[in-house]
Amino acid sequence: MSTGRIIIEGDVGMHLGEEMKGGVITVTGNAGSWVGGRMKGGTIEIKGDVGDYVGAAYRGSTKGMSGGTIIVHGNAGNEVGCFMRNGLIKVYGNIGQFAGIHMAKGTIFVQGSSEGRAGAQMRKGKIVVCSNIPSILPTFTVESIKPKVKIDEEKVTGPFYMFVGDRAEGGEGKLYVSQKQNQHLSFYEEYL
Amino acid sequence: MDLAINNGKIVEKINEKKAKVIDASGMMIMPGGVDIHCHIAGAEVNTGRLLRPEDHFRDVEVKTAVTRSGVGHSIPSTFTTGYRYSRMGYTTLMNPSMPPFEARHTHEELDDTPMVDKATYPLLGDWWFVLEHLRDGLIEECAAHIAWIMAATRGYAIKIVNPGGVEAWGFGRNVKGIDDSVPHFNITPREIIRGLCKVNKLLNMPHTIHVHTNNLGKPGNYVTTLETMKCVEDLAEENRPNIHITHCQFSAYKGSNWRNMSSGAEEIAKYVNHHNHVTLDMGQVIFTDTTTMTADGPFQYGLYRLTGNKWVNHDVETETSAGIVPFRYRRKSAVNATQWSIGLELALLIENPWKIYLTTDHPNGGPFTSYPTIITWLMSQVARKKMLIKINKRARRKSLLPSIDREYSFYEIAIVTRAGQAKALGLAQKGQLGVGADADVAIYDINPELVDPSKKYKKVRRAFKKAVYTIKGGEVVVKDGQIVKSVFGKTFWVDIKTSLPTEVNDDLKRKFREYWTVEYENYPLRKGFLHNPAPISIKAEV
Ligand SMILES: [Zn+2]
Repeated sequence: MSTGRIIIEGDVGMHLGEEMKGGVITVTGNAGSWVGGRMKGGTIEIKGDVGDYVGAAYRGSTKGMSGGTIIVHGNAGNEVGCFMRNGLIKVYGNIGQFAGIHMAKGTIFVQGSSEGRAGAQMRKGKIVVCSNIPSILPTFTVESIKPKVKIDEEKVTGPFYMFVGDRAEGGEGKLYVSQKQNQHLSFYEEYL
Repeated sequence: MDLAINNGKIVEKINEKKAKVIDASGMMIMPGGVDIHCHIAGAEVNTGRLLRPEDHFRDVEVKTAVTRSGVGHSIPSTFTTGYRYSRMGYTTLMNPSMPPFEARHTHEELDDTPMVDKATYPLLGDWWFVLEHLRDGLIEECAAHIAWIMAATRGYAIKIVNPGGVEAWGFGRNVKGIDDSVPHFNITPREIIRGLCKVNKLLNMPHTIHVHTNNLGKPGNYVTTLETMKCVEDLAEENRPNIHITHCQFSAYKGSNWRNMSSGAEEIAKYVNHHNHVTLDMGQVIFTDTTTMTADGPFQYGLYRLTGNKWVNHDVETETSAGIVPFRYRRKSAVNATQWSIGLELALLIENPWKIYLTTDHPNGGPFTSYPTIITWLMSQVARKKMLIKINKRARRKSLLPSIDREYSFYEIAIVTRAGQAKALGLAQKGQLGVGADADVAIYDINPELVDPSKKYKKVRRAFKKAVYTIKGGEVVVKDGQIVKSVFGKTFWVDIKTSLPTEVNDDLKRKFREYWTVEYENYPLRKGFLHNPAPISIKAEV
């Protein structure tokens, strides 16, 4: 899809908006996996839940979403933004494991909680988790506490712990997680 | 001129009233294409397929009434490989690197590669028994042993990859030149190459030893390549070739690092122009995304370090190694652009087309589907210039291509894509259309008497991409670039008769038990394993 608008009333299966370049797709129900896979531009908005691999690369490839916006009002599955190269993914519900795995650039924002392992092997880009995350990968280092984080044009109020990684990849990706919602991570503060 | 075909062979004449007639007037007729070196089957190729779903995803072949579906840009599935070669008028393919241990897998895939005759070369330059025999100076015993391996694996030629280096890699090491000692074996690459060259002669093999040099893919390696060719010079007889240097482009680099790497094609061409014991194939590089795969484990490890790509490295028990790394050759990369130039420089500077053959070392330099493009570069200065202006500036400045005005004729193309390859392989019934030859014929939609390939190179490319007719063993299998009939080809292997016993002796049987995961008794391929075997009987001198 390169231009125009599609409105889907109800649910939709896999590979919605794959490789789309422009235009708008709106889904009132849920969507399957691979929403916006290798997407280059445009907007996809899902009112319900989505499956795994939102904005991801095809299996074996390192070229994930390189532009555009995906907004999910419900929950999202695992490996959201896998090999993401640019663009924005917003999830207002909760997100599964390995959000932003192999991510090279772009932003993933999660209003709800993450099941963990966020940012595994990320090299650059930004992941923001506003609610609970069970733990941070040991290959991330804590850098500071930030009062606010900028997402697109708006500012989200924290405070957030800011981690940098994935150091195992020599990465400089930024992982922000809510300080208040993650008291169990307070031990990181002594390294600041 | 008419060409008569009967019973799968070219014949003197035929009853025209009863025959099917193909009007090929105004077209070009060649023997079916022969590829002396293309990785199309076996464990390594298939691991490459597993590694690269994204390679399949972007290139899909839909099933037709006569063909199966398939996938793959750089490593197509077996059926698709057969169809694509056949559409280009190719009828004989040589799979160049089979770990003897993986012979079953290799032949199963070759059996599933339709449309073409085929054969495969077992990797023997680092096989433990070969190293032991050569170290102890037991050339005749080594020959008898190799006769056994050829039968056990249904092999066709002796393949040598980074002799000694592949064995050293099992211990995390490599050899640096042909006089470097191989750990634990106290033998040098020079001794391995010379030893196997003598063995090849003793066995009366149809092809020469098929060598992937030491230091392949490293700046400065053209010296190693020259030394490798020289090291068997004194073993040559009657101007007959006794060594084939494969994908020579990858072994023709000057310089001491990747920044000052440049072409060693001139030196290699000069040597080859003055000596008749060497044949080569190009290993031409294409600017595309492909999958590199060789038995040269240390080289592939280096490539992984260079690219950071996903990779596979494998140690095949006591026999050989293997590595796979996806790779994209970029026009704007000085190194890649120089590699592109070197392949063509070799083909253009080596005067005698019977000495160098067109390959990409598929899929290492690029997929075989790019052969028509390479043909245009060989035939047209304009086509070369068109690519030259698009490549990296530094590479362009250093390239020898602007100073070369040679353009291949259609005859020369016929030599480097079939006749020369068939001759080097000792396949007398291939690569020619004389009476008695196999009726493997390609008909291309181009009139060589009217078309100037130097100017009309696009027309040439189009013609070679899709044969109007491909005839395999006397049957029309391709018409207008489409497969119209799926046929099984033959699998050639050398059935060597020796007077020395070829069976493995008790000592070696014990070693099989100690070192292999497969028992000696289960190791050889049994009769009936191949779908359509075509053994070539040879009488050895031992
Ligand atoms: Zn090869």
